[in-house]
Amino acid sequence: MNAAAVLTQLFAVIVAVAAAPLFLGWVNVCRAWLQNRRAPPLAQPYRTIGKLLHKEAVLAHDVSPLFRFAPYAIFGSMATAAAIIPALGLDLPFARAADAIALVGLFATARVFAALAAMDTGTAFGTLGARREMMLGFLAEPALLMVFFTASLIAGSTELPVIAGTHQSHTLAVHPSLAFAAIAFLMVLLAENARIPVDNPSTHLELTMIHEAMVLEYSARHLALIEWAAALKLFNYACMGFALFLPWGVAVDLASPPVLAGALAVLAAKLLLAGAALALIETVNAKIRIFRAPEFLAFAFMLAVLGLLVRLLVQE
Amino acid sequence: MPTMPLSGQYIHLFASVVLLLSFAMLAQRRIRTLIDLFALQGAALVCSTTIVAWTGDQPHLYYSAALTLLLKVIVLPLILYRLIDRLQLRWDTETGLHIPATMLIGLVLVVFAFGLAQPVSRLAGHVTQSTLGIAIAVVMLAFLMMITRRKAVTQVIGFLAMENGLFFAATSTTYGMPMVVELGIALDVLVGVLILGIFFFQIREQFDSLDLHHLERLREE
Repeated sequence: MNAAAVLTQLFAVIVAVAAAPLFLGWVNVCRAWLQNRRAPPLAQPYRTIGKLLHKEAVLAHDVSPLFRFAPYAIFGSMATAAAIIPALGLDLPFARAADAIALVGLFATARVFAALAAMDTGTAFGTLGARREMMLGFLAEPALLMVFFTASLIAGSTELPVIAGTHQSHTLAVHPSLAFAAIAFLMVLLAENARIPVDNPSTHLELTMIHEAMVLEYSARHLALIEWAAALKLFNYACMGFALFLPWGVAVDLASPPVLAGALAVLAAKLLLAGAALALIETVNAKIRIFRAPEFLAFAFMLAVLGLLVRLLVQE
Repeated sequence: MPTMPLSGQYIHLFASVVLLLSFAMLAQRRIRTLIDLFALQGAALVCSTTIVAWTGDQPHLYYSAALTLLLKVIVLPLILYRLIDRLQLRWDTETGLHIPATMLIGLVLVVFAFGLAQPVSRLAGHVTQSTLGIAIAVVMLAFLMMITRRKAVTQVIGFLAMENGLFFAATSTTYGMPMVVELGIALDVLVGVLILGIFFFQIREQFDSLDLHHLERLREE
């Protein structure tokens, strides 16, 4: 592993961490536009994080060290995930170290820490949120794995850079299985990132909330990290979607500055479109009842498995 | 990566859409959306039949595609719409089984159907060979829908979806049935729906509901 590769890897992670709140801000701006509200500034997530970082952290009296440690663990796993996902270039040295299954494991680690920390304070809301999160998680995870498997079957590898590279090098072919997987992935994305059909990201103190219920007890820098990690998770999911279904424009080799600039521009364009599409989905859909959420995710799982099966059948 | 002609890819695409719509129908609670989904499935069927006709150079398949378009996309949904309007069915249909459970059973059925079709489709030589599995799966999913739904109208839609699957199987394996048979089936389906429509009114008059569970007990009157 040479120094240039390490530098590009570092650069990719820094871009992800730095751009994630911006992407979240863009989604919020689009949502406000579509709902005829005055949009918050694009940099609002940065301001929120900055404000939270300057406050004094308040902890409940009887929390264990786990409660303090959890935000760092969550943020750490999201940053690691950002290193694995080929958002900018395909030859990231770290991306070869872990495949898509390990990536799902990383997301699961973050979820477990969030749920444990939520239950640690012993409040009713935290436990409720944690239980809901785990319920959604255990349904979303197999669906996500199946999406990865469908893409891996076509590419012949579970490593994300290889999948993206294979899809990139193909001529445009109609893959019904990949279309199924894409819809399933979108549904998982909405569920995992507390987006509207499953959870409302802009509610506080509502009985239906999931993600917000878990982080109610956090304040200041811990909350800032958690919010940042949530933005990074959304960014990661978007980049995962690009790597699986829209890999065009990702640089094969990041060594030269012009290529790097090109990859950055393509990524920015994709994120712009994806953010607008996400806001549109959130605006036209109503939030479903929490008991319908398993049905939603079961449909995602079914779609992903169907993609896999159709792929196997057509291949014969 | 096997190189497949573009038409073959499109046939697979529409076959997958037909399968997907079967699942959507299985999961759908609202009766109006169910009818829309049925019409969509018919439309996907028309598309795939037209492509098969074009690729395989089978002019008679154009007629059956047109017949499908007329009957399954336009006439039958209209009849069903009128029926539910006159029966004043607006509310969600009841399912006998939890919907995620139904979908999981549906997945098992799809695996079974694909396995069943594999040895048969190996014998077929042309581009539509792998769609037989999908056709069998569509038939089985329609069966499942008829089993899990309680209301009479939904069962009829299940029956019609099953006919879609059979038609699809015929097109994909043998380039369609003879025209006489196809016309006969089309008329049968049409008349069947009309008669079942009359049955609905009779059932409702007798039991004040369209729940078919009332028909399971014998009553001496």
